[in-house]
Amino acid sequence: MRVLVAMSGGVDSSVAAALLVEQGHQVVGATLKLWGGVSDSGCCSVADVEDARRVAQQLGIEHHVFNMTEDFDRKVVTPYVGAHAAGRTPNPCIECNRTVKFDLLLHRSTRLGFDRLATGHHARVSSPAVGGSLSLRRGVDGAKDQSYVLSMLGQHELARVLFPVGEMTKDEVRAHARRLGLRTAMKPDSQDVCFIGRVQGREGFLAGRLDLHPGEVVDADGNAAGTVDAVELVTVGQRRGMGHGGDGKRRYVTHVDIAARRVTVGGQDAVARSSVFLSGASMTWVDGPLRGGARAVAQVSAHGRPILCTVDADEERGGLVIRFDSAQRPVAPGQTVALYDADDPDAVVGAGIAA
Amino acid sequence: MSGPITYLDHAATTSLRPEVAAAMASVHERLLGNPTGSHPPAQRARAILEDARDEVAAFLGRDSGEIVFTSGGTEAANLAVLGTAEAAFRARGEAVLLASAVEHPAVRESAKAAGRLGVDVRELPVDRAGVIDRDALDRTLSSRCTLVAVMTANNETGVVQPLADVVESVRRLAPDAYVFTDAVQAAPFLDLAEVGVGVDMVGLSAHKCGGPVGTGALAVSSRVELSPRLYGGGQERERRSGTPDVAGAVGMATALQLVTKDRAAAGVRVAELRDRLAEGLQAAVPWLHRTVAAGVQVLPGHLHVCLPGVDREELLVALGAEGVCVSGGSSCASGALEPSHVLAAMGVEPDLAVGAVRFSLGYDTTAEDIERTLAVVPRVAASLRRAV
Repeated sequence: MRVLVAMSGGVDSSVAAALLVEQGHQVVGATLKLWGGVSDSGCCSVADVEDARRVAQQLGIEHHVFNMTEDFDRKVVTPYVGAHAAGRTPNPCIECNRTVKFDLLLHRSTRLGFDRLATGHHARVSSPAVGGSLSLRRGVDGAKDQSYVLSMLGQHELARVLFPVGEMTKDEVRAHARRLGLRTAMKPDSQDVCFIGRVQGREGFLAGRLDLHPGEVVDADGNAAGTVDAVELVTVGQRRGMGHGGDGKRRYVTHVDIAARRVTVGGQDAVARSSVFLSGASMTWVDGPLRGGARAVAQVSAHGRPILCTVDADEERGGLVIRFDSAQRPVAPGQTVALYDADDPDAVVGAGIAA
Repeated sequence: MSGPITYLDHAATTSLRPEVAAAMASVHERLLGNPTGSHPPAQRARAILEDARDEVAAFLGRDSGEIVFTSGGTEAANLAVLGTAEAAFRARGEAVLLASAVEHPAVRESAKAAGRLGVDVRELPVDRAGVIDRDALDRTLSSRCTLVAVMTANNETGVVQPLADVVESVRRLAPDAYVFTDAVQAAPFLDLAEVGVGVDMVGLSAHKCGGPVGTGALAVSSRVELSPRLYGGGQERERRSGTPDVAGAVGMATALQLVTKDRAAAGVRVAELRDRLAEGLQAAVPWLHRTVAAGVQVLPGHLHVCLPGVDREELLVALGAEGVCVSGGSSCASGALEPSHVLAAMGVEPDLAVGAVRFSLGYDTTAEDIERTLAVVPRVAASLRRAV
């Protein structure tokens, strides 16, 4: 098959490309230029593009760089900034996957005559039965599993993607890279969002693009309990910076009112939530929706603990209510909740965004 | 990648002429000394270098003493812009630089750097065809001007600037200012001795003319006050230190000689092939937009088009897969295509600019190259076209 491999310059996508070449496919590598500004982590600093290009050279495959900075800015960065102004905290990597990597890039790969688009994500696509639907599954290495950030994919996308390293642990990936003498074998994984530099951090990035407003911190009774420098940077459930209550116990953010510039805090009991509402418009399903009352396993962050839950439709509000078996820290508005099959917890069922 | 290559990217680089390779190799048949020494090998090197310098000077219709060898067109542009700016600053405490809106990044970025150092940099607008706006030039010129930079012909569109008009305006309105022209793209096809009359500095690059990468030249009139960019042994009459690249200079000289010999005939031949390509493409791709209007003077080898609904990145990948080599514009440090400031300055709509493609023919382009291109481009363009 003709396969276009998205190469970030990291070891996972390097080995993904290598595996496809070994399997005899006609492979072409492409690195996306998504961000032209300050950045020190993967996805497109010039050094990362160079790494990807040199690995491609080592593998004997063509390499291209696609400039998608304009689309990335419009579809990922600008909404990310705007969401914070409204008190929401989206995961930009999820939005990049949704709108750029598995949308624009996927369409480009089809137009250019490629049969598949491959990435170095730790995830698996499988077809459980002959002629059956495709299933998106966790990668074999639980600690590195990236199914959460891919949980928006549906049958159409899954039919056209390949995740060659999904069946390998990270150690196996690195060992393979070392065996092939790939220059990225020992390269550390990028930890941060690609457009936010380590030094500036999320605060520094947003401060440059948003008006950040200080706010008051109050307890459940409305008594003054402190201040914050920027309400837009506070997330529900946050413990950092909230200090302790009169009872000596840690305080957590229970509510953020951006317009009133007020953060409400409470104890652990006050912040525990038994459910989260996902907006209907944000729901995506791998293979059709769950029925009301269905059991599922929820994951609310990239490497969060799976949580048993029940899924119900909320017709009035136009979405789904996920009821956790046990109370959880709140899921902040804008955060993605990935749902896995209760009977087959490695299989993604769908995903939605907390309203 | 296998299969035949159809190379229509001569504006990016040209293939090294066999005579040039031979001439450069022959330089090393005996020990080549350092031209700045005094013993026989050094004398030999010096003689070879000076002969090469004479050839370059003849190509430009100038004195040998005006020729400064550089590492290429980019260094020549940097020297012209930043060298005059620095000298002016030292002499008068200020510098004013005028540069056209369509200059090559070597000039454009040098001008920006000059601006960050305190130089007053003004951009000279161009019209829809990318030709410098004479009235705007006349309005902007003043006795405070240090340098006016207008390229001879544009690297993306091939559009030729009215250099004689620029020289005339500067002489009249800013007689102390220098005129610099980046002639890198024009060198294979225009008679620079004629075109460059009255111009103070001319930039050249060998690898655009069948010569080696790594050698270029800046011609500098004796009246120009220029600070060097490279300090050291004071070579090139204190204008550009560093041991001269004798073999490179020989390569450049040989290439320019060959250009001169065949220039008129090559111009006609290449223009005819280019026109055949243009007509064929327009017929097979009716929705193709020819970027430069008819009647504007363009270099014989350039054909710049816009394909609405086609992404040029995709077009380049798809054409490259079939061995057809063209260009989409300037790249950034990572190799990704950047939006064209030239097209933006010309007022080309962004929807069109996204589908911009440059075909650039050269002295060794054949009719078969054109036939092959016409057999591939329309099909590929149609397959990539998205509903607009």
